[in-house]
Amino acid sequence: MKTAVIQFPGSNCDVDAVKAVQSTTTGTAELVWHTTKDLSAYDVIVVPGGFSYGDYLRAGAIARFSPVMDAVATEAEQGKLVIGICNGFQVLTEAGLLPGALRQNESLQFRCEMAQLVVENTDTPYTRSYQEGEVLRIPIAHGEGNYYADDATVQELEKNGQIVFRYVKEHNPNGSVGDIAGIVNIRRNVLGMMPHPERAVHELLGSADGVRLFTSIFTTWRDAHGTR
Amino acid sequence: MTWQALIYVTLKGSVLDPQGAAVTKALHAMQYTNVHDVRVGKYLEVVFDADNEQAANEQVQAMCAKFLTNPVIETYTYRLAEVVS
Repeated sequence: MKTAVIQFPGSNCDVDAVKAVQSTTTGTAELVWHTTKDLSAYDVIVVPGGFSYGDYLRAGAIARFSPVMDAVATEAEQGKLVIGICNGFQVLTEAGLLPGALRQNESLQFRCEMAQLVVENTDTPYTRSYQEGEVLRIPIAHGEGNYYADDATVQELEKNGQIVFRYVKEHNPNGSVGDIAGIVNIRRNVLGMMPHPERAVHELLGSADGVRLFTSIFTTWRDAHGTR
Repeated sequence: MTWQALIYVTLKGSVLDPQGAAVTKALHAMQYTNVHDVRVGKYLEVVFDADNEQAANEQVQAMCAKFLTNPVIETYTYRLAEVVS
């Protein structure tokens, strides 16, 4: 399994993402600069967290026009796995690869803390190693993670099982509609989530609950491609 | 011809504006209790060339729809004027 972690000017969770893939799977992972126009050599694409282009105009608004984003869209269309974490989620919504948008947190605060997530759907390439209803401890660090979509879109997400993670009730850190923390597209090959699974891959980091997200990805790839 | 577009971007009425709500509260604390609502937005000045007014309008609208605003949560108004040098 070959993983590309896209690097924009201002990405800062890129190396963590590479190390998370390397330490939890037997696949390879490497950094790919945002001017790259061809990602066909990769099986998995990670759009990492950070502050691409300083969050100018809107978080993700400028990164979405980077040359690499056409390649990300092409590979997503091929059915490859694309995961956007935090700023990566913002980039994927701006690019139209996921529905909705991420607004400023309702509290107006930048929230950097451990969050509790409920696994809502285990029938995705990203969550098959979890149990439905399981509560995970995964950290968040964002000022604009307040997920919004209009009522009709949220109903569609509910109906199609596209809501993958929710914050535990009464512990929503940003005011997102329906306590949404992470969603997939209708084909379920593109995931966006505000919490950082790459920061929860060892007990020494405070939680190892993110490990199974990466092992789920690896298992999905292995089932489709063989053993390496 | 050179044009200047003055573009005002705000969150849609249906989208909660937490900054606007905080500013409203602060104004109330300053005794401006007559303030009903504040919406915080962005202001952009775009100077560009276009052959005529219709083309200029079309370009501003396209820039706003594709990039300068996020139509999922934001809306905009603008004023357009020819820049006479």
